[in-house]
This record gives sequence, C-alpha cells and structure tokens, in this order.
Amino acid sequence: MKRTVPLFISAITGFVLIGTAFIPKFVDWGNDAMAWFNLLAAFAFILGGGNLLKMQLQKISAQQPGWGYAAVTLIAFFVTLFVGLVKVGVHPNVKFPEFAWSGDYLQEDGAFWWLFEYIFTPLSATMFALLAFYISSAAFRAFRAKNTEATILLIIAVIILLGRTYASVWLTGWLPDEFILGDSGIKYSDFNLQNLSEVIMENFTTAGMRAIKIGIALGVASTSLKVLLGVDRSYLGSDQEV
Amino acid sequence: MKQSTLIWTILMVAGGGFLLFQASKGNGRVYVREIPVEATASQPDSEPQVYQWTKNQQVPQSEKDDPGVSFSLSRTVGLWVAAFCTLAIFSFLYGDNPLYKFTEAIFVGVSAGYAMVVAFWTEIATNLFAKLLPGLARITFYPDIDSTTRPELLYLIPLVLSILLLWRLSPKGSWIARWPLAFFIGATAGIRLISYLETDFIGQLQSTVMPFLVFASDGSLLWDKSLKNTVFIVGVLSCMVYFFFSIEHEGIIKYVSRLGIWVLMVTFGASFAYTVMGRIALLSGRLVFLFNDWLGI
Repeated sequence: MKRTVPLFISAITGFVLIGTAFIPKFVDWGNDAMAWFNLLAAFAFILGGGNLLKMQLQKISAQQPGWGYAAVTLIAFFVTLFVGLVKVGVHPNVKFPEFAWSGDYLQEDGAFWWLFEYIFTPLSATMFALLAFYISSAAFRAFRAKNTEATILLIIAVIILLGRTYASVWLTGWLPDEFILGDSGIKYSDFNLQNLSEVIMENFTTAGMRAIKIGIALGVASTSLKVLLGVDRSYLGSDQEV
Repeated sequence: MKQSTLIWTILMVAGGGFLLFQASKGNGRVYVREIPVEATASQPDSEPQVYQWTKNQQVPQSEKDDPGVSFSLSRTVGLWVAAFCTLAIFSFLYGDNPLYKFTEAIFVGVSAGYAMVVAFWTEIATNLFAKLLPGLARITFYPDIDSTTRPELLYLIPLVLSILLLWRLSPKGSWIARWPLAFFIGATAGIRLISYLETDFIGQLQSTVMPFLVFASDGSLLWDKSLKNTVFIVGVLSCMVYFFFSIEHEGIIKYVSRLGIWVLMVTFGASFAYTVMGRIALLSGRLVFLFNDWLGI
C-alpha cells in the first residue's frame, strides 16, 4: 500500500503522457493530466509555505539563536499572503465594477504590487547582483593556467567577456579592414575581439552545448524510464516513514 | 575606537549627510498623474450605477508642476524602502551583519508569500475553484464565467491529490503524500521523456547532420562554410566520445576525447563569461536605481 500504489500511479501517469505522442485517443487524458500536474505544482508552493511556517515556528518556540529573524520572516510571509489573497488596494475590473474582487491581483498601486515592486524585485535583483563580486573573486582565486584545459577556459572567458563589451573596440578596434594575404578572404579585422567572440560562440560553444544537450536528453530519458518501470524508487523515501 | 570602525562611522555619517542633502533638493520623491476611471455596472439585472476611482501613472520629476500631477507618498516610501533593501543586501560585502540578516529574513518571507499568492491566483483559483464551483467563482473573482457553465467534477481528483500532498505536514500518516508525489514524478517523467528526446536528442542530431564539404552553385568549394561545418561536426562528435564511458579511453579514443574536453572547456569558458556578464548587468541595474532613480544624480 505504501510503496506499490505510488509505483502504479507514477507508471500509469507517465505512460499515458508518453502515449499522447503516439495515440490520438490519449491526447485528452494527457491534457487532463497536465492540468492536474499544474494544480499539484501550485499546491506544492502551499506545502513549501507550510513547511517554512513549521520550521520558523519551531525556531521561535525553541528560542534558537536568530529566532528574531524567524519572526521577521513570518511577519513578512503573512503580510504578503494577506495582501495578495485579499487583493488589498486593488480596484475592480473596469468591465465588472460591481465585483470588488474582479481586479488583477498584481494591479498597479495595489498593496501586493507595492511589495513586489519595492521589496521583492530590489531584494532578488540585489541578491543576484551580489554574486557578481563573489563570482569575480572566486574566479580570481581559482583560475590559474595550470594545464591546457584551464588555459583554454581562461582565454575563452576573457575573449568573450571583452568581446561582448565596449572594451573590444578600445583594445582591437584599430585592426585594419584589409586582407592579410592578398585576396585570401581573411582580414585583420576578423581577429578583433568582437569577431573572435562571435566565431567562438557560433562554432565551438554551440558544438559543445549541442553535445551536452544530447547527453542530458539521453540521461533524462533513461532516468524517466527507470522511474516509470519502478527500477528507481528513491523518490518514495524510506520505509521508516510514519 | 578601532580604525576600521572609525572609517566606517565617518563613511556612514558622510553618506547620511549626502542623503539628507539630496532629499532637501527634492530628490527621492515620486510623482504621479491621476487618471480618472469611470465604469458602469455590467450585469443586466443590477442597478444602473456608475463606479469611479483614479488610476496613478508615474511621471518624471520634471513634470511635477504639471496640472493633475501630485506627490505619491506610497511610491516615495516604496522607493526609500527599495533603496534601504538594496543597501542592506550590499552591506554583506563588508561581512555578515544584523542589517543583512534582517533584509534576508524579509526576502525569504516575501518570496514564499509571493510564490503562494501567484500559485493561488494563477492555478488554484482559475483552474480548480472556477472549475469545481463556477457559480461561486462567477459572483466573486471571475464574473466573465458563463452562467450556464457546469461544475467539472473530474477536478475533484486533483483536489484530493492536493490535500494528500499537504498531508506531508502532518506528524502522522505523511506517507500518504507519496501518492500525489508519485503522480507528480510520473507526469514529469512522461513529459520530459518525450520532449527531451524530441527536441534535445533527435532535433540536435538532425541539426548536426550537415555536409563536410559545401559547394557553391557554380561547383566551386566554399572553404569557409566547409571548415565551419567540419569544426562543428568534429566538435560535437569528440564531446560525445568523451561522454561515452562504456569504453576505455585509450588509443585513438583518448585523443578524440581529449579534443572533446577542449571543446567543452571552450563552452564552459563562454558560459562563465556570460554568467559574469549577467550578474554585472544586474549590479549595474541596481547602481542605476540607487544613483538615478533614488538619488537623482
């Protein structure tokens, strides 16, 4: 019951969805399964919120170090949830003004929009922007041209970084637009950083990415089959679960 | 007082003084143009009533004296809150500190709440509530639902599965959450298996099948195109040989896989450069916000 039923559910769902690509009769079932999938994904966010609530409340009740920040998290969580679900400050839809809750939840000047615009967006953008410093400092410490592979990576990274910015014009913009050897078709300007970065991106990087994509596709297909056939059951967790 | 503390205190005082100076010049304020909105009741059976409210449109500070333009307190407070949040996160560069931890806690709470609200309005309300109770949905959130729409009882299945999923939070019987999880995993496996094989396997292989030698219509060899195709095919094949671990990488395979590693290093170098550029673009965006939108410099 604890392990067999889930195996059947995953196998039936997976094979029905695979069948939609081959059997027209399965298409409607596949569409229903997709709609349910999206709904479950939405409920997974609620599960995540519930889990956050549980963890933060445990922290507060045990008065663990930093429990005050857990309280701040909870306040921010509940305020966002309340203003978003109740649509605080949202005007009704112009087509249906008598229905107070018919407006868009992210409507401009609503309280939820305010939180999104002035708290969520700056915080998420700054968090990722902060990584610019750490990624640069990590690269400075870790990147050493110790062997051929590391040297290639370093050179290519520098060419792409410079080639995609105005620095390429400063550094190599002076290369003349003249043929190197008579009418060979190769010009000096072909070797400026901007052109070099384009050649690298078009040929070598695309080739590498293509091989990686093919590898990923084969990996995903084999893992999916292992899950559907019940060979891989790791997602069911342990038998000790209550 | 430690030297570093003294330096930071001086910097903070100077920064605060600069902020006050900028604020006294009228910077860091947001102005809006009020646009009146008028709407009449849509339902034929409801009383003919006109509803009025105003919509705000942000305008540049240069238009603050125009007619219909007024100071917006909520947006101005928002601007200062956004600037405070940005600076508080940047303060982590100096080291972990209470200001950073405070804004980080806010970020976690707001993000979780935001994700839940979006999930509720885009999926649960639209595709579950409106499908199971169309009559109630019509008189509350979605007045455009047809009054003859009947409930789709099939949606009771995802509702039950969702409740079982939330059971995971219960101290006992959390194993029941494996059922919806199994549906989730099965659906993901089914969707991914086909889509990845179709687009990333067959599609990419198809795009790689191209001629080594390319000729023009007059029969002459297009050497640059030919070289490009050859580099491309050899690059893809050598990378795939490197990924092929079922055979020993010895002899010719060793050299081909080594070439594959080099092509992969080129790819990773370019990816790294793009990641750095993306982060720097975000950083410059935040700096533009601080200096331009907030301080008005």
